Amino acid sequence: MPTITIDGKQVEFKPGQTVIQAAMDAGIDIPHFCYHPKLSISGNCRVCLVEIEKMPKLAISCATLASDGMVVHTKSDKTLDARNAVMEFILINHPLDCPICDEAGECKLQEYAFAHSRGESRFDEIKNRKEKRVQLGPRVKFDAERCISCSRCIRFSDEIAKSNQLTFKNRGDKVTITTFPGESFDNPYTLNTVDICPVGALTNNDFRFKSRVWEMSSTNSVCIGCSRGCNIEIWVRNNEILRLTPRYNEEVNSFWMCDNGRLNTFKFVNSETRIDSCYLRKEGELVKSNWVEALEVTAKSLKEFKSNEVAFIASPYSTLEDNFILQKFAKQINSNNIFYANHIIEGDQDEILIREDKTPNSLGLKLLGIKNDISKLIDLIQKKNVKALLIMEEDLAGLGSEWENLLSKLELTIVIATNQNKTTLLADIILPAATYAEKHGTFVNFQGRVQRIRPAVETEELDRSLDGMSKSRWDKFGTKFDRWMQGKKYDAKPSWKIFTLLDSYFSNKIKFKMAEEVFDEISKSNDVFKDLDYDVIGDLGSLIKKEVYQNV
Amino acid sequence: MTTKKRFKDLTFWERLYIPVIIKGLVLTLKTMFKPKVTMEYPEVKFEPPASYRGRPVLVQEKNGVERCVACGLCSRVCPALAIEVQAAETELEKERFPQKFEINMLRCIFCGFCEEVCPEEAIVMSKDYELVFQDRDSAIFGKDKLLVPVENLQDRIDFLRKFKK
Repeated sequence: MPTITIDGKQVEFKPGQTVIQAAMDAGIDIPHFCYHPKLSISGNCRVCLVEIEKMPKLAISCATLASDGMVVHTKSDKTLDARNAVMEFILINHPLDCPICDEAGECKLQEYAFAHSRGESRFDEIKNRKEKRVQLGPRVKFDAERCISCSRCIRFSDEIAKSNQLTFKNRGDKVTITTFPGESFDNPYTLNTVDICPVGALTNNDFRFKSRVWEMSSTNSVCIGCSRGCNIEIWVRNNEILRLTPRYNEEVNSFWMCDNGRLNTFKFVNSETRIDSCYLRKEGELVKSNWVEALEVTAKSLKEFKSNEVAFIASPYSTLEDNFILQKFAKQINSNNIFYANHIIEGDQDEILIREDKTPNSLGLKLLGIKNDISKLIDLIQKKNVKALLIMEEDLAGLGSEWENLLSKLELTIVIATNQNKTTLLADIILPAATYAEKHGTFVNFQGRVQRIRPAVETEELDRSLDGMSKSRWDKFGTKFDRWMQGKKYDAKPSWKIFTLLDSYFSNKIKFKMAEEVFDEISKSNDVFKDLDYDVIGDLGSLIKKEVYQNV
Repeated sequence: MTTKKRFKDLTFWERLYIPVIIKGLVLTLKTMFKPKVTMEYPEVKFEPPASYRGRPVLVQEKNGVERCVACGLCSRVCPALAIEVQAAETELEKERFPQKFEINMLRCIFCGFCEEVCPEEAIVMSKDYELVFQDRDSAIFGKDKLLVPVENLQDRIDFLRKFKK
């Protein structure tokens, strides 16, 4: 392999790589604004200038192809001088309103200004005034003054989102970014531009001014918006989810995620409609109850039915662990009636990320052997073969009015749910379930990749410190008496745990304490998941090959 | 081995006791005719110099708006975690304002870091040293108690401009 010398360090590189890529692979950081590994080279910020021996002038490392025997200096006096000068130029018209700007704390310009700039301005003239708070599209706001014209957002919408909606307008220091006339910046991936914007010029309407980035904790998780299972980070403050951001995983989502996933998959966790305790129907009314009473009543009323009169609804929204324990529980009471509902919106799919299947774990259900489609259940209920139904994290009544009628025909409806919905209104017993942001677990995405979710929000049975959840500075140093530590905690349990508790009234054989133990049991009993455990899956997931699972 | 003179080994004059009493009385008598340094506190109030660090307050501009843009730096730098800020958007030019700004005066240690870090000269240490609470909740000062008109703080602001870089 050809080699290149960067700062006296001999580095191998693949032919065709640029100097900045070779340096990145070797762990050497060259400052850059406009360069992004997934976008085309633009070379307009000039911050990545490096000194290359035998070249007459400094060259931008993002657009210079590495060649064998090249000697590059990224920290020489000449390079640093140039870098400082470029930073000074960029900062000429930058408003330096970091106290107001949302990007502060994760801003590249702020970081580089701290590391590479003079520290004070020599510019006496008045800075350029440009438009502020321009609504580029329904979800993105643009501040033209802060923009350093790196063109990352333009290239993103052109190359990745495949919808050419943004462009530069005017020239020189009056240059600004705008949508094409009559267009709105409304493709399904707009909010990624907020992530890749190296300054705070593009802001997320939804998150704007909600919180400073250093006040939140971040937890690695997986998006539940569709069967892609984009890797995400969940940002939490005061036990409330404030935003989701994509996390790099080349095999699944690269650096991106869609706007729908980013905005619409976390608000239910802290919404008004969360179910905050167990409910029992007494004299026609749903009445608050506690776990002991609710589980006892559930067990008692389940025992009144013959085993084949009870049916279960598994859920592609919940984890492998939840569905596996549901299966186990059904087996314990000798019921074979496990069904699940598909949530496919036909045609709502693209070549980039979005999938038609709107659930995160439908392949997981198939791999566990839960294959009965819910349409078969209709007949069973109508013929009164099934009289009791246990629904896990699924809004059956929301599927249509026919299901509302069917549910009212049942003698017993037990619902394990996170939020109030049409099904919980018809339920006889409601058991509150933890959401995906409140439990450990695994999803299998459409590629067959097993990926982990982790708790980011505390429930009553979770503790940030004791359960090793990620913590912000305030979580670390605050006490439980501080006001910011008193965010709402719900009295919810993961579905698999509810089944193990319920089983203590039946066979008392399903005994698990942690989701990890459940997964170990899955991998022992199911060949598809052989040799997998939580450590192997790790942050980026592990792929089950198609040959392994297609016969299942 | 040398014998150490012990403290309780008093001299003859000391053992006599009376001269020491007279010495004390003379000092008292002298002090009676010197100018007073104490104050009749609740009736007469101490007016601290500009360098005094009393309770931190928010500067309220003449138009009634606070200077604060809710950047959260005071909250970040506060070693006692006394400050809690929640930002929100405003139509004003400054874009951002503190929807909630609370200082827990039971936690505050009057170090003045918040004032030092403030990029907008919006939080300053006042001359107010009278802090009395009946219960914990009333010790958490919200914007209603924190906002002070800029005229009343001019002294401190001038002092800061002189010494703060």
